[in-house]
Amino acid sequence: MAKETIIQGSVTRDGEPVSGYVRLLDGGGEFTAEVPTSATGQFRFFAAPGTWTLRALVPGATVDRTVVAQQGAAAEVAIAV
Amino acid sequence: MSRSEVLVDADWVEAHIDDPTVVIVEVDEDTSAYEKNHIKNAVRIDWKTDLQDPVRRDFVDQAGFEALLSAKGIANDNTVVLYGGNNNWFASYAYWYFKLYGHDAVKLLDGGRKKWELDARELVDEVPVRATTSYHAKAQDASIRAFRDDVVAAIGAQNLVDVRSPDEFSGKLLAPAHLPQEQSQRPGHVPSARNIPWSKNANDDGTFKSDDELKELYADEQVDLAKDTIAYCRIGERSALTWFVLHELLGVHNVKNYDGSWTEYGSLVGVPIELGTN
Repeated sequence: MAKETIIQGSVTRDGEPVSGYVRLLDGGGEFTAEVPTSATGQFRFFAAPGTWTLRALVPGATVDRTVVAQQGAAAEVAIAV
Repeated sequence: MSRSEVLVDADWVEAHIDDPTVVIVEVDEDTSAYEKNHIKNAVRIDWKTDLQDPVRRDFVDQAGFEALLSAKGIANDNTVVLYGGNNNWFASYAYWYFKLYGHDAVKLLDGGRKKWELDARELVDEVPVRATTSYHAKAQDASIRAFRDDVVAAIGAQNLVDVRSPDEFSGKLLAPAHLPQEQSQRPGHVPSARNIPWSKNANDDGTFKSDDELKELYADEQVDLAKDTIAYCRIGERSALTWFVLHELLGVHNVKNYDGSWTEYGSLVGVPIELGTN
């Protein structure tokens, strides 16, 4: 954990987990990684320190969130769609 | 080759879902995704255990491919529609195999599993039963597969398209962060390669960009498509997607996929390697 830079969180709709995908885009808006959300709506990326955009893709909606990641800490992002 | 011959949309698949001459095949990086659910009547091909030689680093050979397709109930005159997760990376890789062994009637589902899910279309857990067949494969089509010597000979002479992420290309990373298993000895890229990540070919929902957008992408990146081209990545699956774009969608001749890719090239003794960005 001390060496890692984690971005994690959940995707929910009206408080309930939504299954979908979360993309990680770098500071230039370029695709870096993408994961499906877990059964409980969770996602996690191992990234590098800096500013990132999370893009949640779920049926009927696309939502972006900006996040600043730091080494040794987990940036928690709750995305409501 | 035109887009409609090699790519189908989800409406087409739904209209042919019970057509016995159409075989829908799911191919995923996460080979357990199929077990959770899949498109009705879809069979599974496991890219690792079904498509790789169990001992040496190579594909299943012609006889192995024949045995696989026969067991899956795929006949020579069937139309095969491939789809999968990760924006069709592994489905594109399987598509390239089908072409390599001479199966002409093969198509990709545009957007793959993700687009199907985002459209909230039906997924089932029932596994179809297909009668076995006697599939006959052709000899490998060497015109679409590059080997390491082809890559070395292409340095500074042909187009080399490195489709990995910028950090893998520059040498910062050996593999994408979520795929730690196969690695090369050295980071970097083949000298004279252009870095055009696979993701630039696709929209957010996993569908391919339009032909005009794709042509513009390669023109902007100074890839002269009148020249021969070799695409590579880390193990050959992301570059199969770029091969699909160039060879199948844009109809560019003499595009090869280097399936040895960086895990081979980055472990060779004595070959030139470059670090840094384009």
